[in-house]
Amino acid sequence: MKKVISMLLVVAMCLCVLAACGAPSTPSTPDNSGSSQPSGTTTPPADGAVVIKIGGIGPLTGGAAIYGIATQNGAQIAVDEINALGGDIQIEYDFQDDTNVAETAVSAYNNLKDWGVNIIYGTTTTSPCVTISSETYADRYFQLTPSASSPDVTAGKDNVFQMCFTDPNQGVTAANYVSEEGLASKVAVLYNNGDAYSTGIAQGFIDQANTLGLEVVTEQTFPADTNTDFNVQLTACKDAGAELVFMPIYYTPASLVLAQASQMGYDPLFFGGDGMDGILGIEGFDTALAEGLMLLTPFNATATDERTVSFVEKYEATYGEIPNQFAADGYDCIYAIYEACQQVDGLADMIANGDNAALCDALIAIFTSGEFSVDGLTGLGMTWQANGEVSKAPMVVGVENGAYVTK
Amino acid sequence: MIKNMSKASRSGLINYGIVIVVFIIVKILMGAGAMSNMLQSLLIPACCYIVMAISLNLTVGVLGELSLGHAGFMSLGAFSGIIAATALQTAIPFPALRLLIAIIIGAIFGGIGGVIVGVPVLRLRGDYLAIVTLAFGEIIKNIITVLYIGIDANGLHIATKQSNLNLLEDGIAIVKGPMGAVGVSKISTFTAGFILVIVTLIIVQNLVNSRQGRAIQALRDNRIAAESVGISVTKYKLMAFVTSAALAGAAGALFGLNFSSTGAVRFDFNTSILVLVFVVLGGLGNIRGSIIAAAVLYILPEMLRSLNINEYRMLIYAVILIIVMLVSNNPQLKALFGKIIPKRRKGDAEIV
Repeated sequence: MKKVISMLLVVAMCLCVLAACGAPSTPSTPDNSGSSQPSGTTTPPADGAVVIKIGGIGPLTGGAAIYGIATQNGAQIAVDEINALGGDIQIEYDFQDDTNVAETAVSAYNNLKDWGVNIIYGTTTTSPCVTISSETYADRYFQLTPSASSPDVTAGKDNVFQMCFTDPNQGVTAANYVSEEGLASKVAVLYNNGDAYSTGIAQGFIDQANTLGLEVVTEQTFPADTNTDFNVQLTACKDAGAELVFMPIYYTPASLVLAQASQMGYDPLFFGGDGMDGILGIEGFDTALAEGLMLLTPFNATATDERTVSFVEKYEATYGEIPNQFAADGYDCIYAIYEACQQVDGLADMIANGDNAALCDALIAIFTSGEFSVDGLTGLGMTWQANGEVSKAPMVVGVENGAYVTK
Repeated sequence: MIKNMSKASRSGLINYGIVIVVFIIVKILMGAGAMSNMLQSLLIPACCYIVMAISLNLTVGVLGELSLGHAGFMSLGAFSGIIAATALQTAIPFPALRLLIAIIIGAIFGGIGGVIVGVPVLRLRGDYLAIVTLAFGEIIKNIITVLYIGIDANGLHIATKQSNLNLLEDGIAIVKGPMGAVGVSKISTFTAGFILVIVTLIIVQNLVNSRQGRAIQALRDNRIAAESVGISVTKYKLMAFVTSAALAGAAGALFGLNFSSTGAVRFDFNTSILVLVFVVLGGLGNIRGSIIAAAVLYILPEMLRSLNINEYRMLIYAVILIIVMLVSNNPQLKALFGKIIPKRRKGDAEIV
């Protein structure tokens, strides 16, 4: 008898769970501010304005949370600015946590679909993005990612565009810069072989260096789990006589590399990728160690142009910290989507009918038209190629007296 | 008729009943369009975690050995299954058949991993299995992270650097080092997941209630007494452990073929512990508990999204886990439940 009761209880429980969240997935109409009020919108939409639902995905908890939160906040500032303009296009913005795990990203994405999303902004990190981009490709949603940099993100998917450089491109750009400026003839590469970002850039750099005749004297790697002791790798670089160490790695291990190199009295030129951005902000890090460090980054928070200054001011006032390049990429993404939407014919009908496939095709046509260009914080006159990659001028900054100086 | 059956087989029948009824309800809801996209996307992974939990319960609950690397077997199954499914893409056009082959290959590789770990370690007494499986999971993760595997007309190519892969023009790279497997065609279905759960239940419940299963439980309860009546320790321990590893491999193959990309880091120590949490919360040796705990605890954090508490979602999940753990072990509450359900007897909650 008890078994029967417990079985009935289980069935009842399952029914409750399924029914409670079994909201039908009909696309909600623009003026329907239902139960799932997004966190972003502060100003009520103007009468007759088209409300576009932009759904973001990125890690808000876990080890990669700083990147997700930065992209969330940067985009939020752009959304607030656009809504404050009170134009014909208003943005409703929701950002879902994916904890940097692909399967969680899929449910975050489906959650946004249930919300009635029109355009996907994200995901922040690469490996969830590869999964999500094939989902959006199948479902025909337009997707623009601020920072997922692997070529696999856009490969074979016409609806996915990137705001950041792809990894191999970044490596190629760095090798070109080193060669053109004559910084060194013997280079060593130190990278994390457990990380797609790091291996991607390193591979691009090594290939290009070989083409340009730069001598790569040694390739040193470390695994993703144990990245606290770099003495072995640095000694190998030193013994090989490297004048420049290219390290496309994140800033936390990079700060240890710099400290350990200084301890062993090895002082080559260190050159990093955009993951190095943030190294000056590490608590307890002696910025004198980073003196002379060069890195590729699309965004310099100390730049003095009007837009950067205004963005940094707003960001600091709202979130209490200096924005990094992820926040700037997020800000640019929202403006790129906004400016493209302004050029879409019949936008109001598409949104009203929930016709995201038509919107997706229209946006793809605009992004790849060659005439569409966006001036943002991370570059002027940014355009996109048909394969989803962005074209913008790379920027190299050096650390002088504890601050970035654009080279 | 049910009255005349033994308690164990009645309980087993109820487990099948629960799974089948839930499957039918879900199918009806899906057919009626009354199910959100998010919930639908959770169904297949939930099936995988249910299989993982049942199979780990065989090791932890029935055999009484702690395994901390169950995700390692899942990883083996996932990547071997993905490689098999991608390699057979042109040879076998039917996705269902390809999925079946991939799951079988995943199970075989999981089982081989189980033999490699089990043969030396299960001869030892003490907690060695926990330590070795922990290391095994990490080793698998690190090996797959540096491997590049591709396929072309000449067969499989395996290298540790992308440039050494030497694929022909028409070749495809299936596993790309730290990116993991990319561009996988998604062939897993909820029905396949349901069938896998049922097959797992049949295997595990029949094993537990067989002569061999009683030998395994005797080893758990008193090794010396079991040896004294002539039960071969290593043989029966290996039987349970390899079955468990093979089922984890099958679950991994289903899991890997449900996403278009899968990285080896997904199957890390945390995933092993997650499955262990399902087993412990469901009750050691309690298969029905494992099913319910895996389903509820996997879906719960995603359900919490609807509360719009982004930053605190995982925190609340953790608090719920702690509360469930405390409540389920509280003697007063147990006594209270005993009063509500009068027929509850001591010993009833054991092996079901």
